[in-house]
Amino acid sequence: MSIILDKVNYVYSEKTAYEIQALKNINLKINDGEFIGIIGHTGSGKSTLIQHLNGLVKASSGGIYYNGQDIYDDDYELKELRGKVGLVFQYPEHQLFETTVFADVCFGPRNRGFSRKDAELKAFTALRSVRLAEDYWYRSPFELSGGQKRRAAIAGVLAMEPEVLVLDEPTAGLDPKGRDEILDLVAKLHRERQMTVILVSHSMEDVAKYVQRLIVMNHGSVLYDGTPVEVFAHYRELEEVGLAAPQVTYLMHELRKRGIPANGVATTLEEAKQSILQAFSQKHAMSQIREL
Amino acid sequence: MNFIEARKLVHEYIRRDEDDNVESILTALDEVNLDVKEGEFVAVLGHNGSGKSTLAKHLNVLLKPSGGTLWVNGKDTEDADNLWDIRQSTGMVFQNPDNQIIASVVEEDVAFGPENIGVPTTEIWKRVEKGLKSVGMIQYREHSPNRLSGGQKQRVAIAGVMAMEPKCIVLDEPTAMLDPNGRREVLEAVGQLNKEKGVTVILITHYMEEVIRADRVYVMDNGKVVMQGTPRAIFSQVDTLKSYRLDVPQITLLAYELRNAGVPVPEGILTRQELVEALCRLY
Ligand SMILES: Nc1ncnc2c1ncn2[C@@H]1O[C@H](COP(=O)(O)OP(=O)(O)OP(=O)(O)O)[C@@H](O)[C@H]1O
Ligand SMILES: Nc1ncnc2c1ncn2[C@@H]1O[C@H](COP(=O)(O)OP(=O)(O)O)[C@@H](O)[C@H]1O
Ligand SMILES: [Mg+2]
Ligand SMILES: [Mg+2]
Repeated sequence: MSIILDKVNYVYSEKTAYEIQALKNINLKINDGEFIGIIGHTGSGKSTLIQHLNGLVKASSGGIYYNGQDIYDDDYELKELRGKVGLVFQYPEHQLFETTVFADVCFGPRNRGFSRKDAELKAFTALRSVRLAEDYWYRSPFELSGGQKRRAAIAGVLAMEPEVLVLDEPTAGLDPKGRDEILDLVAKLHRERQMTVILVSHSMEDVAKYVQRLIVMNHGSVLYDGTPVEVFAHYRELEEVGLAAPQVTYLMHELRKRGIPANGVATTLEEAKQSILQAFSQKHAMSQIREL
Repeated sequence: MNFIEARKLVHEYIRRDEDDNVESILTALDEVNLDVKEGEFVAVLGHNGSGKSTLAKHLNVLLKPSGGTLWVNGKDTEDADNLWDIRQSTGMVFQNPDNQIIASVVEEDVAFGPENIGVPTTEIWKRVEKGLKSVGMIQYREHSPNRLSGGQKQRVAIAGVMAMEPKCIVLDEPTAMLDPNGRREVLEAVGQLNKEKGVTVILITHYMEEVIRADRVYVMDNGKVVMQGTPRAIFSQVDTLKSYRLDVPQITLLAYELRNAGVPVPEGILTRQELVEALCRLY
């Protein structure tokens, strides 16, 4: 089970003066159950790329295979694919259009053919899981604050119970606690339901903490594809393409320059903390030995 | 008088049924007091739904008080005669760039504001160029805004407000959609406007790192102002902030956890540089 992108190219406004090649020869294999992060400067093609995964945008050339089936085959059920690959848009406004939040979240499962009752049950569970307070369920999506809209949009996709969950900058606009809650929820879905998760993010700290595999986009091409530790080792090159390493990675490098043997590949707060504590306790032990 | 003064400012969102009977009342601002001096850089933090955007909309008179008073640039926002003056003195950058881009070419969009207030043409183009450069978008000046990605659009929107050269600029999560570089560019541009031109800045954000350069921070919780102080004073209160669904910068959190684990780094560390120095002294 996998998604394969084979030599995918995408051009916006083809054959006009405004032609932009947003994706250039993308070859990727996304395996079942992976937790993948995608980073890249704004305009690097992240949103365009992920909109290919559920067939929303059709490649200008190249092929996409979902579980071995060519999604561009004439008899392929694209509508079904949209339910299997759940896409949370970058702007929640783009997917909230019903009169109440609850109706909105019901829409996906209804559209997939579930009965009204089952759809409501799924909506209920999804809204609970994103922790949108019940007070807001029967309000118009337009009355919600930015972060509340974001939660409603994520719930709408979760309610479809997709096999693959694709989130385009899902934590933008969430308060810090909300950021943790949503990412912890996604991690839990990945862990407990073996859901494949693809997370587009501008937070280096978040991808370092959560994902197993990190894809770096640059001007429509894949620049790096590896574990966060492998990718963030290229922090100088990342800076050149508008990105950075997590704060703590820089800290570790600076400490090493100043003679403290910190772990140069630490990318998370926890790794950094352990490494600094270890450096301090070793030094402490050494000085005790010397005193003896 | 301060550039902005709010006294017991209240905002209620009232929902009515078909017969105009009140169905529900939501108090989004609950007796907020706010003082911002001219030239100050003030950050506002708070959980989702705490009232930050509602407050921002009052500063630009998109909303009017349900109770209490708000003065901007010495003018009462409730008085309709002051609307034009306040809108001209206080520019606004919203959360979602899609709702604020109007023209079909980037440079025209940036020029729209100054054109509207009668800035002479040659001066307009100077401002457009400066605005676009300050957000790193000058090479897109002849592009169509709706063909830009989210982050690029947001930078154009900020350039548009900067081209108005207002006394005060209110930014409601301006960097939420930007990549690290874009975020840095925008914050540097905003910081520069503040430092070099004395523009008053109100920055609403969920990124704790962005608050470090502010003179003062307000923390909102359920429509109320619950904390205010310098970034260092605010970020020294890790547990209190967490109880308001907030956080501290990652470096501050690391320092805090190291201290809890027995490495006596001082409280209120904000930057990488400070933590490196503190650790080197202790090592
Ligand atoms: N147009 C509206 N009609 C009714 N209620 C509203 C409206 N706009 C906001 N609210 C409510 O007012 C409260 C404050 O919203 P506001 O948008 O000011 O929050 P915020 O602090 O900006 O949140 P966020 O961080 O999510 O952007 C929320 O409970 C929200 O649901
Ligand atoms: N609807 C569109 N029409 C034309 N060009 C677009 C459109 N959406 C995006 N682009 C262009 O395609 C490129 C990739 O954009 P996008 O996929 O949104 O990048 P990202 O999500 O990484 O910020 C950019 O150059 C952008 O300007
Ligand atoms: Mg995008
Ligand atoms: Mg808001």
